[in-house]
Amino acid sequence: MTTLLIGVFLLSLLVITAVAIVRASDLFSAVMLSGIFSLLMALNFFLLDAADVALTEAAVGAGVATVLLLAALRLTPANEASARGASILAVTVVVVTALLMIYASFGQPSLGDPLAPAQQHVAPWYIEKTPELIDIPNIVTAVLASYRGFDTLGEVFVVLTAGVGVMFLLGGGRGKPFSHLDSDGEQGLSEHLIPKVVARILVPFILLFALFIQFHGEYSPGGGFQAGALFVAGMILFALVRGERLALAVIPPQVLLWMSAGGALLYGAVGLAGIVMGGSSWIIPCSPAIPLRGSTWVSS
Amino acid sequence: MELLGLFNYWVFAVLLMTGLYALIAKRNLVKKILGLAIFQSAVFLFFITMSKIDGGTAPIIQAGISDQVFSNPLPQVLILTAIVVGISTTALGLAIVVRLYEEYGSIEDDEILAMDRNT
Repeated sequence: MTTLLIGVFLLSLLVITAVAIVRASDLFSAVMLSGIFSLLMALNFFLLDAADVALTEAAVGAGVATVLLLAALRLTPANEASARGASILAVTVVVVTALLMIYASFGQPSLGDPLAPAQQHVAPWYIEKTPELIDIPNIVTAVLASYRGFDTLGEVFVVLTAGVGVMFLLGGGRGKPFSHLDSDGEQGLSEHLIPKVVARILVPFILLFALFIQFHGEYSPGGGFQAGALFVAGMILFALVRGERLALAVIPPQVLLWMSAGGALLYGAVGLAGIVMGGSSWIIPCSPAIPLRGSTWVSS
Repeated sequence: MELLGLFNYWVFAVLLMTGLYALIAKRNLVKKILGLAIFQSAVFLFFITMSKIDGGTAPIIQAGISDQVFSNPLPQVLILTAIVVGISTTALGLAIVVRLYEEYGSIEDDEILAMDRNT
């Protein structure tokens, strides 16, 4: 009951933040609000028992996305041109669709209903079999890295593709991944005192926490990916606050290039090594013998 | 109380449409990307809402404790992947915006379109 009310409170804050993001004409505040939005979303995920997702949303949404947006704002104007009036057609379409979806929600199973169709099909099989088939306590990590290993490999390649795309768009020629790096030394947040001091205190702890997540991943929420995201967020924060020259002294651009390509290669190699050594690290035949019953469920 | 159980879905609908509104009505490209992020987050919320089971706990098996109810891990896994794909989209979108600004000197899509028509 209390959890439900806390959830309602957080979700209301979420809606307010989303509206504020859309309405803010100063892009810097919009970006800061989107960081708050991600943190609220992470809290909601935590309330809904999705600890792994909450950690990832906090690391990726509030961390990496915010610093990426801040980095983009350094290179583009930080204000929306002119506040135009709300387009009546757009508002009508959006409001009507929202009302239709709210109407449709009355056919949905209530929050936490153990008899909802989503809980009936294959999920019990994974919860029951994971301890004996995979033997790690965190079921989410087990499904992500073993049952859906190929999918996660695809995900790694999506990240690689996005990285390659960004390099092509902003690239500065051979051996220089990004033309804007190391060209303009002290900039960005470095002239603001509070972010500078706070970041200087926080960065070591962010990196330490990332290491903890890395080595404790299969027993607790989190894992390699979240740890990597935290590391990256820490490093980009450092670069934003102390200047890119200092950050690039820690990790040279060449190493950066090799790391971004090497990640996907390493992931693929680990999976291949597993197959070669006779294991079935990716391919676990899973055909839960539960017939699909979704169609028999009738809204009450 | 019955109705409060549907509150998550209402928030999902409102957030989804807030994001869509920013995508179609805002001219500023960074604003559009922020709208896309809100839209994505709304979908994440929808999936995670479906994974919750009353009295359940995060799907991490603890040794020595039996009879635990776990929330559904499968939507959570899907959303983990989706968050990563989402940040990749955001990064690529921002890179395109930065590139457009270098080329056109503006990040408002109507101004960019007008410049294109004039040349």
